[in-house]
Amino acid sequence: MSIDLKTIKHISKLARISVDQQRAEKLAGDLNSIFDFIEKLNELKTDNVEPLTSIAETTLKLRSDEVKSKNIREQIIKNSPQNNEDYFVVPKVIE
Amino acid sequence: MSDITKQSLTELVENIKNKKLSSTDVTKAFIDRSEKSEKLNAYITNDFTSALDKAKKFDQKPNLDLKLPGIPMAVKDLFCTKDIKTTAGSKILNNFVPTYESTVTENIWNEGAILLGKLNCDEFAMGSSNETSFFGNVQSPIDKNLVPGGSSGGSASAVAGQLTPVTIGTDTGGSIRQPASFTGIVGLKPTYGSCSRYGIVAFASSLDQAGPMAQNVKDCALLHEVISSYDPKDSTSIDFKRNHYSKELTNNIKGKKIGIPKEYRVDGMPKEIEDLWQKGTQYIKDCGAETIDISLPNTSYALPTYYIVAPAEASSNLARYDGVKYGFRAKGENLIDMYEKTRSEGFGAEVQRRIMIGTYVLSSGYYDAYYLKAQKVRRLIKNDFDEAYKKVDAILTPSTPSSAFKIGEKTNDPVSMYLNDIFTVPVNLAGLPGISIPAGHDAKGYPLGLQIIGKAFDEQNILNIAYAMEEKINFKNKITDWWIK
Repeated sequence: MSIDLKTIKHISKLARISVDQQRAEKLAGDLNSIFDFIEKLNELKTDNVEPLTSIAETTLKLRSDEVKSKNIREQIIKNSPQNNEDYFVVPKVIE
Repeated sequence: MSDITKQSLTELVENIKNKKLSSTDVTKAFIDRSEKSEKLNAYITNDFTSALDKAKKFDQKPNLDLKLPGIPMAVKDLFCTKDIKTTAGSKILNNFVPTYESTVTENIWNEGAILLGKLNCDEFAMGSSNETSFFGNVQSPIDKNLVPGGSSGGSASAVAGQLTPVTIGTDTGGSIRQPASFTGIVGLKPTYGSCSRYGIVAFASSLDQAGPMAQNVKDCALLHEVISSYDPKDSTSIDFKRNHYSKELTNNIKGKKIGIPKEYRVDGMPKEIEDLWQKGTQYIKDCGAETIDISLPNTSYALPTYYIVAPAEASSNLARYDGVKYGFRAKGENLIDMYEKTRSEGFGAEVQRRIMIGTYVLSSGYYDAYYLKAQKVRRLIKNDFDEAYKKVDAILTPSTPSSAFKIGEKTNDPVSMYLNDIFTVPVNLAGLPGISIPAGHDAKGYPLGLQIIGKAFDEQNILNIAYAMEEKINFKNKITDWWIK
Protein backbone atom coordinates (compact mmCIF):
# COMPACT_ATOMS: atom_id res chain seq x y z
CA MET A 1 0.00 0.00 0.00
CA SER A 2 1.07 3.55 -0.44
CA ILE A 3 0.10 6.76 1.32
CA ASP A 4 0.05 9.62 -1.18
CA LEU A 5 0.23 13.36 -0.63
CA LYS A 6 -3.54 13.71 -0.90
CA THR A 7 -3.96 11.26 2.01
CA ILE A 8 -1.32 13.12 4.04
CA LYS A 9 -3.21 16.39 3.51
CA HIS A 10 -6.45 14.67 4.54
CA ILE A 11 -4.94 13.20 7.74
CA SER A 12 -3.32 16.50 8.63
CA LYS A 13 -6.74 18.17 8.37
CA LEU A 14 -8.23 15.51 10.66
CA ALA A 15 -5.34 15.90 13.10
CA ARG A 16 -5.52 19.72 12.92
CA ILE A 17 -1.84 20.03 12.13
CA SER A 18 -0.97 22.25 9.19
CA VAL A 19 1.78 20.82 6.97
CA ASP A 20 3.45 22.52 4.04
CA GLN A 21 4.42 20.70 0.85
CA GLN A 22 7.93 19.87 2.05
CA ARG A 23 6.73 18.42 5.38
CA ALA A 24 3.98 16.52 3.61
CA GLU A 25 6.49 14.83 1.31
CA LYS A 26 8.74 13.89 4.24
CA LEU A 27 5.75 12.55 6.19
CA ALA A 28 4.55 10.49 3.22
CA GLY A 29 7.97 8.83 3.02
CA ASP A 30 8.13 8.15 6.76
CA LEU A 31 4.59 6.84 7.00
CA ASN A 32 5.05 4.54 4.05
CA SER A 33 8.11 2.92 5.58
CA ILE A 34 6.32 2.60 8.95
CA PHE A 35 3.22 1.06 7.34
CA ASP A 36 5.35 -1.36 5.33
CA PHE A 37 6.60 -2.56 8.69
CA ILE A 38 3.08 -2.66 10.19
CA GLU A 39 1.71 -4.71 7.26
CA LYS A 40 3.43 -7.73 8.83
CA LEU A 41 0.32 -8.13 10.96
CA ASN A 42 -1.60 -9.33 7.88
CA GLU A 43 0.34 -12.60 8.08
CA LEU A 44 -1.74 -13.50 11.13
CA LYS A 45 -5.26 -14.89 10.95
CA THR A 46 -7.31 -13.22 13.66
CA ASP A 47 -10.93 -13.87 12.60
CA ASN A 48 -11.98 -15.52 15.84
CA VAL A 49 -9.82 -13.53 18.23
CA GLU A 50 -11.51 -11.28 20.74
CA PRO A 51 -9.91 -7.77 20.60
CA LEU A 52 -8.09 -6.80 23.78
CA THR A 53 -9.53 -3.43 24.74
CA SER A 54 -8.26 -3.15 28.30
CA ILE A 55 -5.29 -4.81 29.89
CA ALA A 56 -6.60 -4.23 33.41
CA GLU A 57 -9.37 -6.80 33.42
CA THR A 58 -11.36 -5.28 36.24
CA THR A 59 -14.71 -3.57 36.21
CA LEU A 60 -14.64 0.12 36.92
CA LYS A 61 -15.22 1.00 40.56
CA LEU A 62 -18.27 3.06 41.36
CA ARG A 63 -18.10 6.02 43.71
CA SER A 64 -20.66 8.45 45.03
CA ASP A 65 -21.23 11.51 42.91
CA GLU A 66 -19.79 14.24 45.14
CA VAL A 67 -18.08 17.52 44.45
CA LYS A 68 -14.45 17.15 45.53
CA SER A 69 -12.80 20.27 44.14
CA LYS A 70 -14.53 23.54 44.92
CA ASN A 71 -13.77 27.03 43.65
CA ILE A 72 -10.93 26.06 41.34
CA ARG A 73 -12.06 28.35 38.52
CA GLU A 74 -8.97 30.49 38.85
CA GLN A 75 -6.70 27.44 38.73
CA ILE A 76 -8.41 26.16 35.62
CA ILE A 77 -7.91 29.32 33.55
CA LYS A 78 -4.52 30.16 35.07
CA ASN A 79 -2.52 28.47 32.29
CA SER A 80 -4.62 29.67 29.35
CA PRO A 81 -2.78 31.74 26.72
CA GLN A 82 -5.62 34.29 26.66
CA ASN A 83 -8.50 34.76 29.06
CA ASN A 84 -10.96 37.39 30.07
CA GLU A 85 -12.56 37.32 33.50
CA ASP A 86 -13.70 33.69 33.82
CA TYR A 87 -13.53 32.78 30.13
CA PHE A 88 -11.05 31.32 27.68
CA VAL A 89 -10.62 33.68 24.74
CA VAL A 90 -10.37 32.28 21.19
CA PRO A 91 -10.32 33.95 17.76
CA LYS A 92 -13.75 35.18 16.69
CA VAL A 93 -15.98 32.27 15.56
CA ILE A 94 -19.26 34.03 14.68
CA GLU A 95 -19.31 36.86 12.15
CA MET B 1 31.80 12.74 54.62
CA SER B 2 33.11 12.82 51.08
CA ASP B 3 31.59 11.23 48.03
CA ILE B 4 28.03 11.59 49.22
CA THR B 5 26.75 11.35 45.65
CA LYS B 6 28.40 7.94 45.22
CA GLN B 7 26.23 6.46 47.97
CA SER B 8 23.18 4.38 47.20
CA LEU B 9 19.72 5.49 48.30
CA THR B 10 19.71 2.79 50.98
CA GLU B 11 23.03 4.07 52.39
CA LEU B 12 21.87 7.69 52.33
CA VAL B 13 18.64 6.83 54.15
CA GLU B 14 20.63 4.91 56.77
CA ASN B 15 23.15 7.71 57.22
CA ILE B 16 20.40 10.31 57.64
CA LYS B 17 18.56 8.07 60.10
CA ASN B 18 21.78 7.52 62.11
CA LYS B 19 22.41 11.29 61.95
CA LYS B 20 25.75 10.76 60.25
CA LEU B 21 24.47 12.98 57.46
CA SER B 22 21.88 15.73 57.41
CA SER B 23 19.41 16.29 54.61
CA THR B 24 21.21 19.59 53.97
CA ASP B 25 24.57 17.77 53.48
CA VAL B 26 23.02 15.35 51.04
CA THR B 27 20.95 17.92 49.15
CA LYS B 28 23.93 20.26 48.84
CA ALA B 29 26.13 17.48 47.47
CA PHE B 30 23.65 16.54 44.75
CA ILE B 31 23.02 20.20 43.86
CA ASP B 32 26.78 20.83 43.57
CA ARG B 33 27.26 17.88 41.28
CA SER B 34 24.18 18.75 39.23
CA GLU B 35 25.50 22.29 38.75
CA LYS B 36 28.81 20.91 37.51
CA SER B 37 26.99 18.61 35.11
CA GLU B 38 25.25 21.07 32.79
CA LYS B 39 26.93 19.41 29.81
CA LEU B 40 24.77 16.34 30.29
CA ASN B 41 21.64 18.48 29.75
CA ALA B 42 19.81 16.13 32.11
CA TYR B 43 17.66 18.85 33.67
CA ILE B 44 14.97 20.93 31.99
CA THR B 45 14.10 22.87 35.15
CA ASN B 46 15.94 22.97 38.46
CA ASP B 47 14.46 23.81 41.83
CA PHE B 48 17.75 23.94 43.77
CA THR B 49 17.04 27.03 45.88
CA SER B 50 13.81 25.74 47.32
CA ALA B 51 15.28 22.22 47.62
CA LEU B 52 17.94 23.58 49.96
CA ASP B 53 15.30 25.49 51.95
CA LYS B 54 13.25 22.33 52.31
CA ALA B 55 16.31 20.36 53.41
CA LYS B 56 17.15 22.92 56.11
CA LYS B 57 13.55 22.85 57.27
CA PHE B 58 13.65 19.04 57.39
CA ASP B 59 16.81 19.09 59.50
CA GLN B 60 15.25 21.44 62.06
CA LYS B 61 12.58 18.86 62.83
CA PRO B 62 13.57 15.62 61.12
CA ASN B 63 10.94 12.90 60.86
CA LEU B 64 13.18 9.84 60.67
CA ASP B 65 10.31 7.35 60.49
CA LEU B 66 9.73 8.23 56.85
CA LYS B 67 10.98 5.98 54.06
CA LEU B 68 12.83 8.74 52.19
CA PRO B 69 13.79 11.13 55.03
CA GLY B 70 15.13 14.37 53.54
CA ILE B 71 16.34 12.60 50.38
CA PRO B 72 16.71 14.96 47.39
CA MET B 73 15.30 13.64 44.13
CA ALA B 74 14.89 14.87 40.56
CA VAL B 75 12.01 13.43 38.51
CA LYS B 76 11.16 13.06 34.82
CA ASP B 77 9.47 16.15 33.45
CA LEU B 78 6.39 14.13 32.53
CA PHE B 79 5.10 14.20 36.12
CA CYS B 80 2.98 17.23 37.00
CA THR B 81 4.48 19.04 39.96
CA LYS B 82 2.40 21.74 41.64
CA ASP B 83 3.71 25.25 40.92
CA ILE B 84 6.79 23.87 39.10
CA LYS B 85 6.88 24.07 35.32
CA THR B 86 6.11 20.73 33.64
CA THR B 87 6.93 20.55 29.93
CA ALA B 88 6.89 16.88 28.83
CA GLY B 89 9.93 17.92 26.76
CA SER B 90 7.64 19.88 24.41
CA LYS B 91 7.44 23.45 23.17
CA ILE B 92 3.66 23.20 23.42
CA LEU B 93 3.92 22.91 27.25
CA ASN B 94 6.93 25.22 27.57
CA ASN B 95 5.01 27.61 29.86
CA PHE B 96 2.76 25.11 31.66
CA VAL B 97 2.75 25.33 35.46
CA PRO B 98 0.48 22.65 36.96
CA THR B 99 -1.87 23.62 39.77
CA TYR B 100 -1.90 20.02 41.02
CA GLU B 101 0.54 17.23 41.86
CA SER B 102 0.76 13.76 40.30
CA THR B 103 -0.11 10.95 42.72
CA VAL B 104 3.24 9.23 42.24
CA THR B 105 5.27 12.35 43.11
CA GLU B 106 2.86 13.15 45.96
CA ASN B 107 3.63 9.69 47.40
CA ILE B 108 7.35 10.47 47.16
CA TRP B 109 7.13 13.85 48.94
CA ASN B 110 4.84 12.33 51.58
CA GLU B 111 7.70 9.98 52.50
CA GLY B 112 10.05 12.90 53.10
CA ALA B 113 11.83 13.33 49.75
CA ILE B 114 12.65 16.76 48.32
CA LEU B 115 12.29 17.81 44.67
CA LEU B 116 15.62 18.75 43.03
CA GLY B 117 14.23 19.47 39.58
CA LYS B 118 12.63 18.15 36.43
CA LEU B 119 14.55 15.85 34.11
CA ASN B 120 14.79 15.92 30.34
CA CYS B 121 12.92 13.37 28.22
CA ASP B 122 11.82 12.74 24.67
CA GLU B 123 8.90 14.96 23.68
CA PHE B 124 5.75 13.44 25.21
CA ALA B 125 7.93 10.38 25.96
CA MET B 126 8.00 9.54 22.24
CA GLY B 127 11.51 8.40 21.43
CA SER B 128 14.25 5.93 22.31
CA SER B 129 17.26 8.25 22.45
CA ASN B 130 16.15 11.51 24.12
CA GLU B 131 16.80 13.29 20.82
CA THR B 132 13.20 14.44 20.28
CA SER B 133 13.15 16.78 23.32
CA PHE B 134 12.46 20.45 22.55
CA PHE B 135 15.14 21.18 25.17
CA GLY B 136 17.90 19.38 23.29
CA ASN B 137 19.42 15.93 23.51
CA VAL B 138 20.85 14.47 26.70
CA GLN B 139 24.44 13.23 26.93
CA SER B 140 25.16 9.86 28.47
CA PRO B 141 27.56 9.81 31.44
CA ILE B 142 29.01 6.64 29.90
CA ASP B 143 30.64 8.41 26.94
CA LYS B 144 30.59 11.70 25.06
CA ASN B 145 28.05 11.97 22.22
CA LEU B 146 26.41 8.72 23.24
CA VAL B 147 22.62 8.64 23.67
CA PRO B 148 21.39 7.76 27.18
CA GLY B 149 18.38 6.02 25.61
CA GLY B 150 14.83 7.21 25.92
CA SER B 151 12.37 8.36 26.58
CA SER B 152 13.49 8.63 30.24
CA GLY B 153 16.97 9.71 29.04
CA GLY B 154 17.44 12.61 31.46
CA SER B 155 16.41 10.30 34.30
CA ALA B 156 18.90 7.60 33.27
CA SER B 157 21.68 10.11 32.76
CA ALA B 158 20.98 11.74 36.15
CA VAL B 159 21.06 8.45 38.08
CA ALA B 160 24.12 7.01 36.29
CA GLY B 161 25.89 10.38 36.54
CA GLN B 162 24.98 10.65 40.27
CA LEU B 163 23.02 13.91 39.96
CA THR B 164 20.17 12.30 41.91
CA PRO B 165 20.26 9.22 44.18
CA VAL B 166 17.26 7.63 42.40
CA THR B 167 14.51 8.84 40.11
CA ILE B 168 11.24 7.93 38.49
CA GLY B 169 10.57 7.55 34.80
CA THR B 170 7.65 6.38 32.72
CA ASP B 171 7.56 3.36 30.41
CA THR B 172 5.12 3.00 27.50
CA GLY B 173 7.20 0.70 25.29
CA GLY B 174 10.55 0.48 27.09
CA SER B 175 11.20 4.06 28.21
CA ILE B 176 12.49 3.04 31.65
CA ARG B 177 14.20 -0.27 30.82
CA GLN B 178 16.00 0.71 27.60
CA PRO B 179 17.71 3.85 29.03
CA ALA B 180 18.49 1.92 32.23
CA SER B 181 20.18 -0.72 30.10
CA PHE B 182 22.10 1.91 28.07
CA THR B 183 23.47 3.64 31.17
CA GLY B 184 24.23 0.69 33.45
CA ILE B 185 21.47 1.21 36.02
CA VAL B 186 18.37 -0.66 37.25
CA GLY B 187 14.91 0.25 35.92
CA LEU B 188 11.54 -1.29 36.77
CA LYS B 189 8.38 -1.04 34.70
CA PRO B 190 5.63 -2.12 37.11
CA THR B 191 2.42 -4.03 36.28
CA TYR B 192 -0.18 -1.88 34.54
CA GLY B 193 -2.39 -0.46 37.30
CA SER B 194 0.27 -0.64 40.01
CA CYS B 195 1.26 3.05 39.96
CA SER B 196 -1.31 5.77 39.46
CA ARG B 197 -1.30 7.60 36.13
CA TYR B 198 -2.99 10.64 37.69
CA GLY B 199 -1.01 13.78 36.88
CA ILE B 200 1.33 12.12 34.38
CA VAL B 201 1.24 13.75 30.96
CA ALA B 202 -0.59 11.08 28.94
CA PHE B 203 0.99 9.37 25.93
CA ALA B 204 -0.73 5.97 25.40
CA SER B 205 -3.08 5.37 28.30
CA SER B 206 -3.39 1.58 28.02
CA LEU B 207 0.40 1.20 28.11
CA ASP B 208 1.83 4.05 30.27
CA GLN B 209 3.28 3.15 33.69
CA ALA B 210 5.54 5.07 36.05
CA GLY B 211 8.44 3.24 37.66
CA PRO B 212 11.69 3.59 39.64
CA MET B 213 15.24 3.93 38.25
CA ALA B 214 18.15 3.35 40.61
CA GLN B 215 21.79 2.35 41.08
CA ASN B 216 20.85 -1.06 42.47
CA VAL B 217 17.95 -3.44 42.97
CA LYS B 218 17.41 -2.68 46.66
CA ASP B 219 17.03 1.06 46.00
CA CYS B 220 14.67 0.23 43.17
CA ALA B 221 12.53 -1.94 45.48
CA LEU B 222 12.39 0.80 48.12
CA LEU B 223 11.30 3.48 45.66
CA HIS B 224 8.74 1.15 44.09
CA GLU B 225 7.26 0.51 47.51
CA VAL B 226 6.78 4.29 47.88
CA ILE B 227 5.24 5.02 44.49
CA SER B 228 2.93 2.03 44.06
CA SER B 229 -0.51 2.73 45.49
CA TYR B 230 -4.19 2.36 44.72
CA ASP B 231 -5.58 5.70 43.56
CA PRO B 232 -9.29 6.40 43.00
CA LYS B 233 -8.23 9.33 40.77
CA ASP B 234 -6.99 6.86 38.12
CA SER B 235 -9.82 4.63 36.87
CA THR B 236 -7.37 1.90 35.82
CA SER B 237 -5.48 1.90 39.13
CA ILE B 238 -5.82 -1.54 40.69
CA ASP B 239 -6.64 -2.20 44.32
CA PHE B 240 -4.43 -5.15 45.30
CA LYS B 241 -2.34 -5.94 48.34
CA ARG B 242 1.08 -4.41 47.79
CA ASN B 243 4.24 -5.89 49.30
CA HIS B 244 6.86 -4.14 51.40
CA TYR B 245 9.13 -4.72 48.43
CA SER B 246 12.41 -3.64 50.05
CA LYS B 247 11.80 -5.44 53.36
CA GLU B 248 10.70 -8.64 51.68
CA LEU B 249 13.60 -8.59 49.23
CA THR B 250 15.54 -11.88 49.26
CA ASN B 251 18.27 -13.42 47.14
CA ASN B 252 16.86 -16.89 47.74
CA ILE B 253 15.37 -17.91 44.40
CA LYS B 254 16.06 -21.63 44.74
CA GLY B 255 13.62 -23.75 42.78
CA LYS B 256 12.24 -20.86 40.70
CA LYS B 257 11.58 -21.68 37.07
CA ILE B 258 12.84 -19.10 34.60
CA GLY B 259 11.75 -19.21 30.95
CA ILE B 260 14.13 -18.50 28.05
CA PRO B 261 12.02 -17.52 25.01
CA LYS B 262 13.56 -18.66 21.74
CA GLU B 263 11.83 -15.92 19.71
CA TYR B 264 14.00 -13.27 21.39
CA ARG B 265 16.99 -14.65 19.49
CA VAL B 266 16.41 -12.19 16.64
CA ASP B 267 18.25 -11.95 13.32
CA GLY B 268 21.26 -9.68 13.36
CA MET B 269 21.55 -9.57 17.16
CA PRO B 270 25.21 -8.95 18.06
CA LYS B 271 27.08 -11.91 19.48
CA GLU B 272 27.89 -10.04 22.67
CA ILE B 273 24.16 -9.77 23.46
CA GLU B 274 23.73 -13.50 22.86
CA ASP B 275 26.75 -14.20 25.10
CA LEU B 276 25.37 -11.93 27.80
CA TRP B 277 22.08 -13.79 27.72
CA GLN B 278 23.93 -17.12 28.01
CA LYS B 279 25.85 -15.76 30.99
CA GLY B 280 22.55 -14.64 32.50
CA THR B 281 21.09 -18.14 32.27
CA GLN B 282 24.22 -19.48 33.96
CA TYR B 283 23.83 -16.95 36.81
CA ILE B 284 20.21 -18.07 37.21
CA LYS B 285 21.40 -21.67 37.58
CA ASP B 286 24.17 -20.61 39.98
CA CYS B 287 21.45 -19.10 42.16
CA GLY B 288 19.75 -22.47 42.39
CA ALA B 289 16.93 -21.66 39.98
CA GLU B 290 16.06 -23.65 36.89
CA THR B 291 15.91 -22.42 33.29
CA ILE B 292 13.36 -23.78 30.84
CA ASP B 293 13.16 -23.14 27.09
CA ILE B 294 9.83 -21.59 26.22
CA SER B 295 8.11 -20.13 23.18
CA LEU B 296 6.32 -16.79 22.82
CA PRO B 297 5.30 -17.37 19.19
CA ASN B 298 3.82 -13.94 18.43
CA THR B 299 6.81 -11.89 19.62
CA SER B 300 7.69 -10.56 16.16
CA TYR B 301 4.20 -9.02 15.86
CA ALA B 302 4.55 -6.98 19.04
CA LEU B 303 6.34 -3.99 17.55
CA PRO B 304 3.95 -3.53 14.58
CA THR B 305 1.03 -3.87 17.04
CA TYR B 306 2.59 -1.28 19.31
CA TYR B 307 3.02 1.16 16.41
CA ILE B 308 -0.73 1.06 15.84
CA VAL B 309 -1.98 1.03 19.45
CA ALA B 310 0.40 3.64 20.90
CA PRO B 311 0.01 6.29 18.13
CA ALA B 312 -3.78 5.75 18.07
CA GLU B 313 -4.02 6.46 21.79
CA ALA B 314 -1.51 9.32 21.50
CA SER B 315 -3.46 11.02 18.71
CA SER B 316 -6.55 10.98 20.96
CA ASN B 317 -4.69 12.07 24.10
CA LEU B 318 -2.85 14.89 22.36
CA ALA B 319 -6.04 16.34 20.87
CA ARG B 320 -6.23 18.39 24.07
CA TYR B 321 -3.33 20.63 22.97
CA ASP B 322 -5.33 23.18 21.03
CA GLY B 323 -3.86 26.48 22.20
CA VAL B 324 -6.99 27.32 24.19
CA LYS B 325 -6.83 25.91 27.71
CA TYR B 326 -3.09 25.85 28.38
CA GLY B 327 0.26 25.80 26.66
CA PHE B 328 1.63 27.44 23.56
CA ARG B 329 -0.68 29.27 21.12
CA ALA B 330 0.23 30.42 17.60
CA LYS B 331 -1.58 33.31 15.93
CA GLY B 332 -4.20 32.30 13.38
CA GLU B 333 -6.64 34.02 11.08
CA ASN B 334 -9.55 32.13 12.59
CA LEU B 335 -10.16 29.40 15.18
CA ILE B 336 -9.31 26.44 12.89
CA ASP B 337 -6.24 28.21 11.54
CA MET B 338 -5.13 28.90 15.12
CA TYR B 339 -5.52 25.19 16.06
CA GLU B 340 -3.60 24.02 13.01
CA LYS B 341 -0.73 26.49 13.41
CA THR B 342 -0.49 25.94 17.17
CA ARG B 343 -0.13 22.18 16.71
CA SER B 344 2.19 22.51 13.72
CA GLU B 345 4.55 24.90 15.53
CA GLY B 346 4.10 23.46 19.04
CA PHE B 347 4.75 19.75 18.35
CA GLY B 348 8.09 18.41 17.12
CA ALA B 349 8.56 16.13 14.11
CA GLU B 350 8.34 12.76 15.92
CA VAL B 351 5.19 13.73 17.81
CA GLN B 352 3.54 14.97 14.61
CA ARG B 353 4.52 11.75 12.87
CA ARG B 354 2.89 9.66 15.58
CA ILE B 355 -0.26 11.79 15.69
CA MET B 356 -0.54 11.34 11.93
CA ILE B 357 -0.13 7.53 12.19
CA GLY B 358 -2.69 7.42 14.98
CA THR B 359 -5.19 9.62 13.15
CA TYR B 360 -4.83 7.49 10.03
CA VAL B 361 -5.35 4.11 11.74
CA LEU B 362 -8.43 5.43 13.52
CA SER B 363 -9.91 7.16 10.48
CA SER B 364 -13.03 6.00 8.71
CA GLY B 365 -12.38 2.97 6.50
CA TYR B 366 -9.09 2.00 8.19
CA TYR B 367 -10.16 1.35 11.77
CA ASP B 368 -10.91 -2.36 11.28
CA ALA B 369 -7.86 -3.01 9.12
CA TYR B 370 -5.44 -1.46 11.60
CA TYR B 371 -6.71 -0.61 15.06
CA LEU B 372 -9.07 -3.56 15.52
CA LYS B 373 -6.49 -5.89 13.99
CA ALA B 374 -3.86 -4.61 16.43
CA GLN B 375 -6.17 -5.14 19.40
CA LYS B 376 -6.70 -8.73 18.30
CA VAL B 377 -2.98 -9.37 17.93
CA ARG B 378 -2.46 -7.76 21.32
CA ARG B 379 -4.72 -10.49 22.72
CA LEU B 380 -2.55 -13.16 21.07
CA ILE B 381 0.60 -11.63 22.57
CA LYS B 382 -0.97 -11.62 26.02
CA ASN B 383 -2.11 -15.22 25.54
CA ASP B 384 1.49 -16.23 24.75
CA PHE B 385 2.59 -14.95 28.15
CA ASP B 386 -0.39 -16.55 29.95
CA GLU B 387 0.53 -19.86 28.35
CA ALA B 388 4.23 -19.50 29.28
CA TYR B 389 3.40 -18.66 32.90
CA LYS B 390 1.71 -22.04 33.30
CA LYS B 391 5.24 -23.47 33.15
CA VAL B 392 7.54 -20.75 34.51
CA ASP B 393 7.66 -18.11 37.27
CA ALA B 394 9.48 -15.45 35.25
CA ILE B 395 11.20 -14.91 31.89
CA LEU B 396 14.78 -13.82 31.15
CA THR B 397 15.67 -11.86 27.98
CA PRO B 398 18.18 -9.23 26.90
CA SER B 399 16.84 -5.69 27.56
CA THR B 400 17.82 -4.30 24.16
CA PRO B 401 19.11 -5.73 20.87
CA SER B 402 22.28 -3.57 21.07
CA SER B 403 24.24 -1.29 23.38
CA ALA B 404 23.84 2.52 23.27
CA PHE B 405 24.43 4.25 19.93
CA LYS B 406 25.86 7.64 19.00
CA ILE B 407 23.78 10.81 18.96
CA GLY B 408 22.37 11.34 15.45
CA GLU B 409 23.04 7.76 14.34
CA LYS B 410 19.39 6.72 13.98
CA THR B 411 17.45 9.98 13.72
CA ASN B 412 16.81 9.70 9.97
CA ASP B 413 15.31 6.23 10.06
CA PRO B 414 12.25 5.96 12.34
CA VAL B 415 11.86 2.20 11.88
CA SER B 416 15.45 1.43 12.94
CA MET B 417 14.90 3.66 15.98
CA TYR B 418 11.68 1.78 16.82
CA LEU B 419 13.51 -1.58 16.67
CA ASN B 420 15.34 -0.61 19.86
CA ASP B 421 12.23 -1.51 21.81
CA ILE B 422 11.76 -4.96 20.33
CA PHE B 423 12.32 -6.78 23.67
CA THR B 424 10.53 -4.30 25.91
CA VAL B 425 7.33 -3.55 23.96
CA PRO B 426 5.67 -7.00 24.41
CA VAL B 427 5.75 -6.46 28.18
CA ASN B 428 3.75 -3.23 27.92
CA LEU B 429 1.26 -4.78 25.49
CA ALA B 430 0.61 -7.58 28.01
CA GLY B 431 0.55 -5.17 31.00
CA LEU B 432 3.27 -7.13 32.83
CA PRO B 433 6.10 -6.01 35.11
CA GLY B 434 9.66 -6.03 33.73
CA ILE B 435 12.98 -5.03 35.23
CA SER B 436 16.27 -4.28 33.47
CA ILE B 437 19.50 -4.87 35.38
CA PRO B 438 23.03 -4.09 34.23
CA ALA B 439 24.77 -7.36 33.40
CA GLY B 440 27.98 -6.59 31.52
CA HIS B 441 29.80 -4.45 28.98
CA ASP B 442 30.29 -4.70 25.24
CA ALA B 443 33.66 -4.41 23.48
CA LYS B 444 33.45 -0.61 23.60
CA GLY B 445 32.91 -0.71 27.35
CA TYR B 446 29.23 0.31 27.08
CA PRO B 447 26.76 -1.28 29.52
CA LEU B 448 24.41 -4.09 28.51
CA GLY B 449 21.26 -5.07 30.37
CA LEU B 450 19.19 -8.17 31.01
CA GLN B 451 15.43 -8.05 31.44
CA ILE B 452 13.37 -10.17 33.82
CA ILE B 453 9.67 -10.27 32.99
CA GLY B 454 7.19 -11.32 35.67
CA LYS B 455 3.58 -12.34 36.07
CA ALA B 456 1.12 -9.50 36.65
CA PHE B 457 1.48 -8.09 40.21
CA ASP B 458 4.51 -10.31 40.84
CA GLU B 459 7.02 -7.44 41.21
CA GLN B 460 8.42 -9.00 44.39
CA ASN B 461 9.44 -12.11 42.50
CA ILE B 462 11.28 -10.30 39.68
CA LEU B 463 12.92 -7.96 42.19
CA ASN B 464 14.15 -11.03 44.10
CA ILE B 465 15.51 -12.65 40.95
CA ALA B 466 17.19 -9.37 39.99
CA TYR B 467 18.63 -9.07 43.51
CA ALA B 468 20.07 -12.59 43.40
CA MET B 469 21.53 -12.08 39.92
CA GLU B 470 22.96 -8.67 40.83
CA GLU B 471 25.04 -10.31 43.53
CA LYS B 472 26.47 -12.85 41.06
CA ILE B 473 27.02 -10.34 38.26
CA ASN B 474 28.79 -7.80 40.48
CA PHE B 475 28.51 -5.10 37.80
CA LYS B 476 30.61 -1.94 38.11
CA ASN B 477 29.50 1.04 36.05
CA LYS B 478 32.41 2.81 34.33
CA ILE B 479 31.70 6.48 35.01
CA THR B 480 34.71 8.66 34.22
CA ASP B 481 33.12 12.07 34.92
CA TRP B 482 34.18 13.07 31.37
CA TRP B 483 31.69 15.94 31.38
CA ILE B 484 33.09 17.53 34.53
CA LYS B 485 36.79 17.54 33.65
